[in-house]
Amino acid sequence: MDRNSNAYTFIFAIVMVIIVAAGLAFTATTLKPIQAENVKKEKMQSIISTIGVEASRDESPAKFKEFIKQQLSLKADGTVDESVDAFTIDLSKEIKKSNDQQRYPVYVAEKEGKTFYVIPLHGAGLWDAIWGYIALDSDKNTIIGASFDHKGETPGLGADINQSWYEDQYIGKTIFNEGGDFVSVKAIKGGAPVGDKHGVDAISGGTITSDGVNNMVEERLKNYIPYLKNN
Amino acid sequence: MAEEREALFSKKNRALLTDPLNDNNPITVQVLGICSALAITVQLKPAIVMSIAVLFVLVFSNLIVSLLRNMIPTRIRIIVQLLVVASLVILVDQVLKAYAYDVSKELSVFVGLIITNCIIMGRLEAFALANGPWKSILDGIGNAAGYGLILIAVAFFRELLGSGKLMGYEILGHKGKTIAESTGLYQLGYENNGFMLLSPMALITVGIIIWFQRSKNRKLIEN
Repeated sequence: MDRNSNAYTFIFAIVMVIIVAAGLAFTATTLKPIQAENVKKEKMQSIISTIGVEASRDESPAKFKEFIKQQLSLKADGTVDESVDAFTIDLSKEIKKSNDQQRYPVYVAEKEGKTFYVIPLHGAGLWDAIWGYIALDSDKNTIIGASFDHKGETPGLGADINQSWYEDQYIGKTIFNEGGDFVSVKAIKGGAPVGDKHGVDAISGGTITSDGVNNMVEERLKNYIPYLKNN
Repeated sequence: MAEEREALFSKKNRALLTDPLNDNNPITVQVLGICSALAITVQLKPAIVMSIAVLFVLVFSNLIVSLLRNMIPTRIRIIVQLLVVASLVILVDQVLKAYAYDVSKELSVFVGLIITNCIIMGRLEAFALANGPWKSILDGIGNAAGYGLILIAVAFFRELLGSGKLMGYEILGHKGKTIAESTGLYQLGYENNGFMLLSPMALITVGIIIWFQRSKNRKLIEN
């Protein structure tokens, strides 16, 4: 057949596309459960890392079961909605709903007799999504651990939000001021003053990512005020 | 038929491997793949992983296109090449996500960017469409190695001078909040050059490499 004829071109294109599509669809479907398992384990690993439990990704499901006692999905007024499984809430989708419609997941952990509250976060960085978890102490005010991650922030700059030197700065900061008003914790350009209870050092060269983290922390935590204040 | 009897590593075939390392380097001589050379050379580790991923994709797309070269309709050859490259990249991405989750996180968006790497399309168009499978494999390895070489060299200088680290390890000493808290070079008042982390310095570093290469390699000097 003439390689330059229209018929040949069409047939070649169709056959090629069908083969490639079938191959990729087969691979994607076969690998899907393994990939989903990886994502789930990583989520568990991030959650427990904020309360100071370090586990490899494979150990994390067992540790998660051991330390996380309750998984609650809250309504906007701070009461619990029993009908929703907190772990399955996809914040990237949830965040697009109006505040009343959203369900706010919180993981209640118990470690060495103390109760901690782990709150998931989700927001936008410079290039793409950023997310993380913040764990509050029994006083529901002091941060005992934070974990951030990102999809594609600039390596060496904004991408450093998932490094421990950045995350560990949040430990010991408080989200309410002495009067009990919500002030969040902010990354401050040029460095937070020594002793600032609500500020950490921003990443130089990563201004927009740092701003994204600030917005995310403030916007997400704000929704938990009724829950944190009442219980 | 003469080609069939040619030794696997004849002089001509060896040249396919070694030429792209110097005389015909994809980045410094052909000036292809500059975009990724800017984007992922802030640190050494992503640069190395990226080089390996490009090696895989380039070798296999070269091989596939070379096998299909007598069947591909001329008018849609670019689209067919793109299809081959894109499906290989998706394949790599999916497999990494399932079996090497940490590596796939490390690479994140860069895997997808391989599709747009002009070296790959360039080699398919310029070489694989006109040569047999074995030569195409060698050409793929050679060009990916030439690309990786420059990528790693640029990343080496950018990470070392920009953040004082290599592969994430602090090799110039630790930079504390004050000079007293610092160790190594930082104790002597050394500062990291933050400019190295920004894209323009990647171009300038590539420029310096080209300058150095041309001053050493007379063949590359144009009149």
